[in-house]
Amino acid sequence: MTAAKTIPDRAETPFAFSDANQAEVARILAKYPAGRERSAILPLLDLAQRQQGWISRSVVEAVTAVTGCPPIHVWEVATFYTMYNLAPIGAHHVQICTNLSCWLRGSDEVLRAARDVFGVGFGQTSADGTVTVSQVECLGACVNAPMMQIGDDYFEDLDYDSAKALFQAIKDGRPLTAGSQVGRQCSAPQDRMTTLTTDPTTAEGGRWTAPDSPAAGGSGAD
Amino acid sequence: MPKLTIDGIEVEAEAGMTVIQAADLVGIEIPRFCYHERLSIAGNCRMCLVEVKPGPPKPAAACALPVAEGMQVWTQSDLAKKARKGVMEFLLINHPLDCPICDQGGECDLQDQAMAFGSDRSRYHEHKRAVTEKYLGPLVKTAMTRCIHCTRCVRFIEEVAGVPELGMIGRGEHSEITSYVEQALTSELSGNIVDLCPVGALTSAPYAFHARPWELHKVQSIDVLDAVGSAIRVDARGNAVMRVLPRLNEEINEEWLADKSRHAIDGLRYQRLDRPYVREDGTLRPASWEEALRAVAGRLLATEPDRIAALAGDLADAEAMVLLKDLMGVVGSPHLDCRQDGAALDPADRAGYLFNPTIAGIEDADALLIVGSDPRWEAPILNARIRKRYLMGGFPIAVLGPRTDLTYAVEDLGNDPATLEALATGRHPFAETLAQASRPLILVGQGALARPDGAAVMGYVRRLAEAVGAVGADDWTGLAVLHTAAARVGGLELGFVPGAGGRDTAGILAGAEAGDIQVVYLLGADEIDTARLGDAFVIYQGHHGDAGANRADVILPGAAYTEKNATYVNTEGRMQQTWLAVHPPGEAREDWKILRALSAAMGKPLAQNTIRDVRARLAEVSPTFAPGNDGGIVPATSTPGFAAFTGRLEATPFASPVRNYYMTDPISRASRTMAECTDVFIHGKTHGTTGGDGGLTAAADSKRTGTDG
Amino acid sequence: MLLSDKDRIFTNLYGHHDWSLKGARARGDWDGTKALLAMGHDWIVEQVKASGLRGRGGAGFPTGLKWSFMPKTVGERPHYLVVNADEGEPGTCKDRDMMRNDPHKLIEGCLIAGFAMRAHAAYIYVRGEFYREAERLEHAIAEAEEAGLLGDDACGSGWPFRVYVHKGAGAYICGEETALIQSLEGKKGQPRLKPPFPAGVGLYGCPTTVNNVESIAVVPTILRRGASWFAGIGRENNTGTKVFCISGHVNRPCNVEEAMGIPLRTLIEKHAGGVRGGWDNLLAVIPGGASVPVIPKEICDDVLMDFDALKDVKSGLGTAAVMVMDKSTDIVAAIARLSAFYMHESCGQCTPCREGAGWMSRVMDRMVAGDAEIDEIDVLEEVTRQVEGHTICALGDAAAWPIQGLIRHFRPEMERRIRERRGAGTPAAAE
Repeated sequence: MTAAKTIPDRAETPFAFSDANQAEVARILAKYPAGRERSAILPLLDLAQRQQGWISRSVVEAVTAVTGCPPIHVWEVATFYTMYNLAPIGAHHVQICTNLSCWLRGSDEVLRAARDVFGVGFGQTSADGTVTVSQVECLGACVNAPMMQIGDDYFEDLDYDSAKALFQAIKDGRPLTAGSQVGRQCSAPQDRMTTLTTDPTTAEGGRWTAPDSPAAGGSGAD
Repeated sequence: MPKLTIDGIEVEAEAGMTVIQAADLVGIEIPRFCYHERLSIAGNCRMCLVEVKPGPPKPAAACALPVAEGMQVWTQSDLAKKARKGVMEFLLINHPLDCPICDQGGECDLQDQAMAFGSDRSRYHEHKRAVTEKYLGPLVKTAMTRCIHCTRCVRFIEEVAGVPELGMIGRGEHSEITSYVEQALTSELSGNIVDLCPVGALTSAPYAFHARPWELHKVQSIDVLDAVGSAIRVDARGNAVMRVLPRLNEEINEEWLADKSRHAIDGLRYQRLDRPYVREDGTLRPASWEEALRAVAGRLLATEPDRIAALAGDLADAEAMVLLKDLMGVVGSPHLDCRQDGAALDPADRAGYLFNPTIAGIEDADALLIVGSDPRWEAPILNARIRKRYLMGGFPIAVLGPRTDLTYAVEDLGNDPATLEALATGRHPFAETLAQASRPLILVGQGALARPDGAAVMGYVRRLAEAVGAVGADDWTGLAVLHTAAARVGGLELGFVPGAGGRDTAGILAGAEAGDIQVVYLLGADEIDTARLGDAFVIYQGHHGDAGANRADVILPGAAYTEKNATYVNTEGRMQQTWLAVHPPGEAREDWKILRALSAAMGKPLAQNTIRDVRARLAEVSPTFAPGNDGGIVPATSTPGFAAFTGRLEATPFASPVRNYYMTDPISRASRTMAECTDVFIHGKTHGTTGGDGGLTAAADSKRTGTDG
Repeated sequence: MLLSDKDRIFTNLYGHHDWSLKGARARGDWDGTKALLAMGHDWIVEQVKASGLRGRGGAGFPTGLKWSFMPKTVGERPHYLVVNADEGEPGTCKDRDMMRNDPHKLIEGCLIAGFAMRAHAAYIYVRGEFYREAERLEHAIAEAEEAGLLGDDACGSGWPFRVYVHKGAGAYICGEETALIQSLEGKKGQPRLKPPFPAGVGLYGCPTTVNNVESIAVVPTILRRGASWFAGIGRENNTGTKVFCISGHVNRPCNVEEAMGIPLRTLIEKHAGGVRGGWDNLLAVIPGGASVPVIPKEICDDVLMDFDALKDVKSGLGTAAVMVMDKSTDIVAAIARLSAFYMHESCGQCTPCREGAGWMSRVMDRMVAGDAEIDEIDVLEEVTRQVEGHTICALGDAAAWPIQGLIRHFRPEMERRIRERRGAGTPAAAE
């Protein structure tokens, strides 16, 4: 059988947007023209998942109620996109990229670290419910490979030891420091800058306007 | 009008057409699965890939490519053939080759096209996909492993049926068609997705594993389970109707069919009157035809003419009605009526009882008021036409009546008959909307007319129609009466109504109750309160052991619509005929023959000895039945003013005569499939709580369900 | 000739400086925007055309030409600019840096591009995983609104303009422009049939242009420095600067903005610290993200990094995501990983991709172990041809090309594995 996505809780897990999130619901709806409430399905499902951790049937129905869209349309969306959890997951969601750039630089080692610390592999939740480990496709941080996402943050330039340290910190309930684990500045080459070594507020550093440009002469918008 | 060539043949196509449509024009068949001319274009199956110049050096989907001047299309080039063969291979790799156990076998698009375009062996050595079945309700059976994801079903349910309940969930090769949490599809048109499915993923649940298409003999006929008169094909094996499918009729049902018309047919096997009965000592006992006819003839001859009455039911054919009417003439009774429900329909006023704009003409209307009708249940096919017009845009719709979830957006005018008065007198804003329209349509249901103030309702409707220009124009009569009974318009055309000094339905029942009427002849009339027949001697001629037969003193077993060549006139006034697909069961006979035999038994034989004679008699009575008018309409010309109607409106809200779509007549009431639908859709039993296959061989004892189901 | 910092556009690519409005202004963003807008819609389009800018999202369609497809007048339907920030092409991570470190370049670009195509609203579709980047964009938009750079009278131009961030939820296919529009409308990301093209019928059925983040973010600088400046960098038809992402087996993986047409070898050696173990340890490079065919070392030796040069060697510039593989790489497994990716990301709408991607991936998995027949390599190649060019969108092509590149350049390796496995398993059958 295929990995068919069925709504897991035929019994009800009650859901309603919290008071705090009601304002966010309104803010989301305001982004789209009147009559286009369907556009809000994706962000509303995200909002609900942030509140409850996963997409239950009651979430689908809450989004149906807000957008006025038939539930099947909401359910199609919920099952199409990979970020929606259709079942409860652990308190921390560790998503390890295994696509090519990460694989070339050792994503297998990151997974090994996860197994060693949590005792679970891809698609599994640790026995204590702390962590769910997932395999994900390219997360768009390829020059900082291998990398993973925990919650909303990226953790980059990993190896077995740094990944293990992070996982241990999760297990111990200690805070994590997001970003490069080897101290790189974003996507710059490590230790040796080959570009952008000039002051960017100077002409040599890239702030200049051609004399014949309409933008020449004034600065600022006004 | 762009000109293009397809396989070297020059085609002049309309601008906006796609290549596949242009090819259809000249008879070049481009294979297809997802494309359907009545649904939106999906372009997803890729079977219709053709080579096109000018354009990129890759094939294009003919279903989605608009024609252009000077375009050259090749459907048989190497590029096109290779593309098709590739697509066919992809469709088959995950399709189970279980044709021998698939109900679609023998009438499967995939099977046919695989023969034409496929390879004779597979190069696919991986595991095949298996997909769990889905519950879509009691009518549609699924085998989703066979699904090729063409989404015809999704598009039909969303676009035509107007109940967005189907979707394709998941993604990639794990995509699956399903309804939300596998709830039953709430459409009265759901059976059509079985016809649309090009493979065996969606098949007919009641018909499952009952027959193979090549075993069936196919008879073209019409449906009589509502007043629309949909074109159908009756497929029978031996003397059993196995299934009913829609036939194309652009004027009426296009190519769709409502679920009851399709699936009530197992009711043709149950509760049948297959031999005559006479009541003796309070119980019915089997009798011979001779005995039964003698009993009836004796009673008719022995009773004063003024104490004899006749009622024609909702499924009565025109041949039987005209002979019964003539027989009543011979007897000398003026007490006859075809309006079982007592609707205020004047037989002298054809415009007042026809759906004048015609069903196809709904597409020409530009504003609609629905009064006292639930077209979704009274005539699902006609309702789909309203939705089709609605989707074209610029079509304000208002409803004064019991139901507003009609699959299109409506302005809800509530359900107070007084609103009709406000409309007719221009005090309601929607009257202005109608007046602004160039082709306003006012649809009136039997729920507005079959009530004590029916005449007053009709009066206000006529007044409104005149005020907003819905009547009176040369090219548009927007007054539209929607019937629910297949027999009704035919009866009115034949004048099966009280003669001079005669009693109508209410009068007949009152007379029977009071003992003034002593003999009542029920021609398939089951929708009356039989308790009010008092001590009258009741003759029931019909095909099902329903309300009328239960009360009868003599039963004369007739034929159902699949068992006779019979004439019906639909709500538009369109005369059409059923064709005999199977023979009536046991000793049952075609209805006109029974009446002819009865007249002979009375010693007063009617002049008609053959069906031709009867039809000639029909034509004599009304031009609607003229030879050569089959399938046609004689437009109404009589349009008396609203002044002809009098009375005051009552405060009672309008109610549709259809309280359970799935059970409206003796056939659907006898159907186990319809009983299952009633459980699911009316009583809200959910998936898992309904049992059995509801099929033709359902062995379980099925409780007879009352008129309300 | 390497690019100098003076000619770089993304001067805060690495986030060494203040990303907020204040810092952005210090680097020249929002300089004279009002004056640029005052030149009119068509002038902007002409400048972008003259610059030779080609779309930076992978397909390389001329940006100015794309804009010119928008109706010249606004009818009943409003116009929309949609920015494709659904960065997900494996190997690619440039838009992320632009959004988190130079968000105002993108926002100013939205205003100028949106104005050029007579739109009053832009939606930036950010992949859902870029939560922090979306957060920063929202913050920068709020700053711009606060400063009057966006709003009812954007930059004092009299032109109302607003920018909205819409987050995706995990679907590579939404990088395809019509799938992105579907997703923005709250539907599954399944590409639409074309025609009609978005410029005619796009978001909400309205005229719409979808551009990559980089394509939009470079526009203000092009207008300030002049179209001829941009056109003077790189080669004819392949002009301007480009942010390259260099990942894989290099000593210092990084993003870097360089001139179009820079030799691949120079790019890797100058900016990424060279191939791990030296240039001669190079096996192959995927030069433009997962969708383009792999090229072996002998091609890498002197190929230039631009649209036409890479097309000439049957690969492509794509998103300019350079994935470097040294000789330790299991090249069949590497391509099999990409096949698995396309199977996972196929939207499932049209037959060849839905069925073909899974077929290809499963055969590729067997090829990794050599668990196949030699002639299955030909079948695999045929299957890629049956997918390529037969689908609604380009994902089918993208799934097919990496395998075609593998077979083109590494067929002997594939055959070796099959023979070896056969030899090991059933010696008698060895050929």
